Amino acid sequence: MAPAGRAARLKRRAGRWVLRAIAALVFFFIFIPVIFVVWISLFQQQIVSFPPEGYTLRWYENAFARTEFRDGFGLSLQVAFLAMLIGVTSGAAAAYAIVRFRFPGREALNTLLLGPLVVPGIVAGTSLYVYYIMVENILDMDFRATLHGLVLGHILLTIPWTVRLVSASLIGLDRAVEEAAMNLGAGPWTTFRRITLPMMRPGLVAASLFSFIQSFENLELTLLLVGPGRTTLPVAMLNYLEFRIDPTIAAVATVQIVLIGALMLITDRFVKLSRIV
Amino acid sequence: MSELVLDRLRKEYGSFVAVDDVSLHVREGELVALLGPSGCGKTTTLRMIAGFIEPTAGRITIGGRDVTWDPPYRRDTGMVFQSYALFPHMTVAQNVAFGLEMRKVPRAEAETRVRRALDLVRLGHLADRLPRQLSGGQQQRVALARALVVNPGVFLLDEPLSNLDAKLRLEVRVEIRELQKRLGLTTVFVTHDQEEALTLADRLVVLDHGVVQQVGTPEELYEAPANLFVAGFIGRSNVLRGRVVERGRFVTEAGLALAVPTDGFEPGAAALALRPERITVIPGAAGNGVSGRVALVTYLGAATEYRVTLDGGESLTASMATPRPGDPLKRVGAGDVVTLTWPAETCRLLAPDRGAPTDEGGS
Ligand SMILES: Nc1ncnc2c1ncn2[C@@H]1O[C@H](COP(=O)(O)OP(=O)(O)O)[C@@H](O)[C@H]1O
Ligand SMILES: [Mg+2]
Repeated sequence: MAPAGRAARLKRRAGRWVLRAIAALVFFFIFIPVIFVVWISLFQQQIVSFPPEGYTLRWYENAFARTEFRDGFGLSLQVAFLAMLIGVTSGAAAAYAIVRFRFPGREALNTLLLGPLVVPGIVAGTSLYVYYIMVENILDMDFRATLHGLVLGHILLTIPWTVRLVSASLIGLDRAVEEAAMNLGAGPWTTFRRITLPMMRPGLVAASLFSFIQSFENLELTLLLVGPGRTTLPVAMLNYLEFRIDPTIAAVATVQIVLIGALMLITDRFVKLSRIV
Repeated sequence: MSELVLDRLRKEYGSFVAVDDVSLHVREGELVALLGPSGCGKTTTLRMIAGFIEPTAGRITIGGRDVTWDPPYRRDTGMVFQSYALFPHMTVAQNVAFGLEMRKVPRAEAETRVRRALDLVRLGHLADRLPRQLSGGQQQRVALARALVVNPGVFLLDEPLSNLDAKLRLEVRVEIRELQKRLGLTTVFVTHDQEEALTLADRLVVLDHGVVQQVGTPEELYEAPANLFVAGFIGRSNVLRGRVVERGRFVTEAGLALAVPTDGFEPGAAALALRPERITVIPGAAGNGVSGRVALVTYLGAATEYRVTLDGGESLTASMATPRPGDPLKRVGAGDVVTLTWPAETCRLLAPDRGAPTDEGGS
């Protein structure tokens, strides 16, 4: 009896350790590129080689000194913010309609709005490029290499995420709660503002975060839509890499990682991301 | 507080009739239970009263005012939902205050009323909690307070006890009844639990397949069920099918002749309903009565049930106060011969068309 019990306990303990080891390995492989990027950004020598000859902050100095990175960073922030704002507002409205109302073409609309998720960015970017040329001819107005052109393109990135996340949060929402509000005398608009909207908040926050990140780090779709003097950060980084390979790029990437990490941490303070995604 | 009148209220979903011309008059301060098996149209009826479902036909008046086509927020009803439906992002006090806020009650008065409502359901000390920090029973009481605080003209409850465990169910049931009486609320209480309905309601409405089977006090329904469905759904009944052969005589399908009051019945097919607790079991073969053999004895504590197979093959269940030691009945077991007797007037003849409680359809 006793030896059998001990064997079972040992087995259970071994199982727990195997599980922990696997989890640690997975984390390690996920984070190893991040760790290397941050590490390399501090290397002394220009051509990356191991082991480092010493450490320096001059690549950060270089990154901040170069206008293409400074402007790129500013433009990327602007585009991401606007694309998030417009994408989340319209995407959330669409998700509400899709979940709450029954109308012809409902399924089709849902598929259409999730569509950009399955189109490769480079294909979408090329199509947009061609489309913008056509529209420019008709409207006599610039779209390529403009802020509004970029924002419109990036809305394609933010809407699918919003529709998915907000739909999920709406489906889990008990309609009886809204009915209870109406039963207590709240009209449709008050019910929406006081009950539905606050209950959608976690979905909206998550959608905003993911939309922002999607836009901020997008390269493929953006590649053809930028122009001289109007280049987003990821494209500026790619351009830089064409001529030089030095740790500056790692320094820029580190700044990006820190920004996104900070956004996630701040967001997580307001809504627990692990509960939504 | 106001009276509620349903006039031939009807709801059709395509060709399916969920609520079939239900008429009902709930008097001021009265608690009426809507009782019936799952899917019989109780929730649909209640939601039409609250205004969440548009009736296909019929009229609803609350306190004399026709509200049939008013939206929910312009009807004076307070509803307690089966899932409680508390606002998850508001504290208990904010939940209860919501209805007052919608009615533009001044803040100071609202605060007093919220506190009083919470004290009424003994939750004053939890006013600042969020709903998810409360137990099921506490959430239920918040839902009650939230609906009561606005003094609704009609109080509506949809199976409010079904998510509570048995002990709590009994407690909250008593609590609801006390509150309802104290505040004199005109109330419609939906349930599928006949015991709940019998103990709680001034009057019951038994529904089946969207049709009102009978309306009456618990005693009326129990003593004088209008049909086989009610006889089987309210309490339990033995049912023997057969024919009325002449005035005062009924013969079962197996050929057993019984003396039965046949007022209102012409000779022809009928069914006889007989409550188990009206039947007396006498050990052995006695002269008067119906004899049979015990098939099963079930001990239930205060009562003991005897399932008896009659000589003709039909079965009756009799319920007796559990015999004391020394009582010859104590020794009766399966296979023993017994005689069953009952007062003739406790037999109730009914039309033979409806079967035992049906349990078909959805929720
Ligand atoms: N929206 C609907 N469409 C079609 N049938 C419905 C709808 N709502 C309810 N029903 C049907 O109406 C009947 C009554 O439902 P309900 O009132 O919820 O019954 P219950 O007595 O269990 O509360 C059920 O058979 C149900 O399936
Ligand atoms: Mg129901």
